[in-house]
Amino acid sequence: MKTRIITKSTCKPVISEPGNSAVYKTGAWRSLKPVFEAAHCSSCLLCWLYCPDMSVIVHDGKMEGFDLDYCKGCGICALECPGKKGEKAITMVKEDIL
Amino acid sequence: MTTSSLKLKDLVNKDIRLAPGHRMCQGCGAAIVVKMALLAIDKPVVACSPTGCLEVTTCISDSTAWKIPWIHSAFENAAVTLAGVETMYRALKKRGKISQDMTFVVFAGDGGTYDIGLQSLSGVMERGHDLLYICYDNGAYMNTGTQRSGATPFGASTTTSPAGSAVPGKLQLRKDIVKIMAAHNIPYVAQASPSHHLDLMRKVQKAVSISGPKFINILSPCHRGWRSKADDAITISKLAVNTCFWPLYEIENGKMKLTHVPKEKLPVADFLKPQGRFAHLFRPDNAWMLEDAQRQIDAEWAALQATQACEASGN
Amino acid sequence: MKKMTAVTGNEALAEALRQINPDVCAAYPITPQTDMMQRFSDFVADGLVDTEMMLVESEHSAMSACIGASAGGGRVATATSGPGLALMWEMLYVASGMRCPIVMAVVNRALSAPLNIHCDHSDAMGARDSGWIQLWSENAQEAYDNFIMAFRIAEHPGIRLPVMVCMDGFIISHSVGVMDFLADDKVQRFVGNFTPQDALLDVERPVSYGPLIVTDQYHEYKKAQNEIMDSVFAVTEAVASEFEYLSGRRYGLFESYRLEDAEIGIVVLNSAAGTCKDIIDEARENGVKVGLLKPRLFRPFPYAAVAEALSHLKVVCVLDRSDSFGAFAPLYVEIAASLYPREQRPVLLNRIYGLGGRDFMPEHVEAVINEMTDIVSRRIAATPKKYISLRQYY
Repeated sequence: MKTRIITKSTCKPVISEPGNSAVYKTGAWRSLKPVFEAAHCSSCLLCWLYCPDMSVIVHDGKMEGFDLDYCKGCGICALECPGKKGEKAITMVKEDIL
Repeated sequence: MTTSSLKLKDLVNKDIRLAPGHRMCQGCGAAIVVKMALLAIDKPVVACSPTGCLEVTTCISDSTAWKIPWIHSAFENAAVTLAGVETMYRALKKRGKISQDMTFVVFAGDGGTYDIGLQSLSGVMERGHDLLYICYDNGAYMNTGTQRSGATPFGASTTTSPAGSAVPGKLQLRKDIVKIMAAHNIPYVAQASPSHHLDLMRKVQKAVSISGPKFINILSPCHRGWRSKADDAITISKLAVNTCFWPLYEIENGKMKLTHVPKEKLPVADFLKPQGRFAHLFRPDNAWMLEDAQRQIDAEWAALQATQACEASGN
Repeated sequence: MKKMTAVTGNEALAEALRQINPDVCAAYPITPQTDMMQRFSDFVADGLVDTEMMLVESEHSAMSACIGASAGGGRVATATSGPGLALMWEMLYVASGMRCPIVMAVVNRALSAPLNIHCDHSDAMGARDSGWIQLWSENAQEAYDNFIMAFRIAEHPGIRLPVMVCMDGFIISHSVGVMDFLADDKVQRFVGNFTPQDALLDVERPVSYGPLIVTDQYHEYKKAQNEIMDSVFAVTEAVASEFEYLSGRRYGLFESYRLEDAEIGIVVLNSAAGTCKDIIDEARENGVKVGLLKPRLFRPFPYAAVAEALSHLKVVCVLDRSDSFGAFAPLYVEIAASLYPREQRPVLLNRIYGLGGRDFMPEHVEAVINEMTDIVSRRIAATPKKYISLRQYY
């Protein structure tokens, strides 16, 4: 996002584009990455609810993976994932840093 | 009162009115609290935050994470700033300039609630403004780097109440903000935790259905300030509830009700142990602090149970 | 025919508020302003207005509520005095920085300590750098007229800044004077409907008010605020000429009184100007060529025009009803800054008078005029800063 130049006509600290923070990709902060294994997912959707960064993708009531543009890699989803039969559907792995 | 479903399979179809790209820390409890609260409300929301973590991370330069009207004016006045907005709403509605129904919500940290914002909050509650004040309580001034607040629990080491060789952390108890709010005789006061999301969202849903001033204190783990792990916001808030460090209850029209009773009340050490801010409490020379902390919690829990029992028996 | 009424300054402004019937008023009691909002509360209680009143628990909250209400998208007014204005200090900057066109009556009062409830300009002078437009008023009539004009200036689409209208505590707020009120419909037509900009209550078009602005933009924000202030002069004059058409009363950015052919002059704000004008008339009869300049618009300050009006004088005495300890007082500083670019400029004196409501009497004006005359005739040397009517001289 380009820094807006403030002049007499724009001198008002008001933002009129709701939710435009989405252009800022916080995924770059991540050092751990969540990996989703659909076979172990019980579609409890807790990961979707708990994610502080709205990074869990859900379609038709089913967890489908992560929006890595925003995921900061906190790992709450993995820790809280109840999984299926003792196997978690989400695990955290080290982010490849090239 | 029509309430929409709080089932996750229904909630996932709702637009989350807080956008990603916000700059809250990874694993931030406050982000989860705001998200859950907004999901529980159907009406258009006009929100306000005081200066603090949530404010500086959601609205910077030309970027906002809020998809709803939102205002920040200063630190000590979120309640009255939003009360000003709410008053203008009533003025314009009366004059036929606005017809839409909307609800007003403050999202404030504990510093802006228990301490610097308490006067303006008290005034707003006393005057009966129709708004919900949510305190995301992380127990210190996290935005400025974990200084002790009136919400900091006994024993916690913060940057201004560090555990040193002469003084072992904060020696005062936190204020009971829920009771302070309840003493204003407002229609609804509650305490909630993101670990018990259905309870939290039910409380928010109930609060916005009631007209007049409402207050909900919500635990908001901050792993940076609590010196715990980035992934433990939910786990640790569950421990807070199950140790009765953070009882879940509501006071509706003066009647207190525990909304969750732990199956097994865990020792408070279970909640304190994973947090670096309490590490010194586990040193042998500070054993008295751990005992004190447990005593305080037992006393508060017993008092809450007694109040509930007393009310249930109609006395 | 004009209907003249005898009222106090507070009554006059309460009446203006009744005629304007703003959407929201937030206020907190403080002497000597209290009486104004009490009177306005009567109007609310009796249904003469349908303003939503917020009787808050502090002035800090009063201004915070005004900011929220103004951002909400409607017309907002308030009033305060002395320590109340001081408590608002933080929020004054927020109101101007967020472009909230709030109008506030400031009934000038001294600041503690020691505690004092009487007239003094330290309150408004302390707020002079807060980004608010300041209009100062000699008497109840001017306060009433300024207050009505203030809404037009504040809400002008190119301005959208808060305005404080200052009048002297007790001397004007509580003294009965003769007033010409405008008819209700005339005032309402003049003030017009409020046009919201970026209304927070427009849920179809959500806006975020009050972002964190860091080093990349803050500097430009402040420069832009300064530029907006530059447009205030023309708007103030345009509003004044429209108001003259309505009322027959003419207001400039400042009042020049018998200055054209004067050799010496007094610069003073608010009610003391009345006393000075009477004594100037007497001195003129004795052949002393003395005049007066009374600033009306103090923020922004019309430096060039003030310099034009004063530079031909030999001595100018700036009378300040506030002080800056260890420095020249605020009005003096502005007059000195106005005159500095001029090659020809008068000797400047700074005289502090009337702090904490100390009476300012005709003999004090006479003494000031005599002192200036003595400086012109080189009988005495000029002393830059002195206090007049100190008890030790009695």
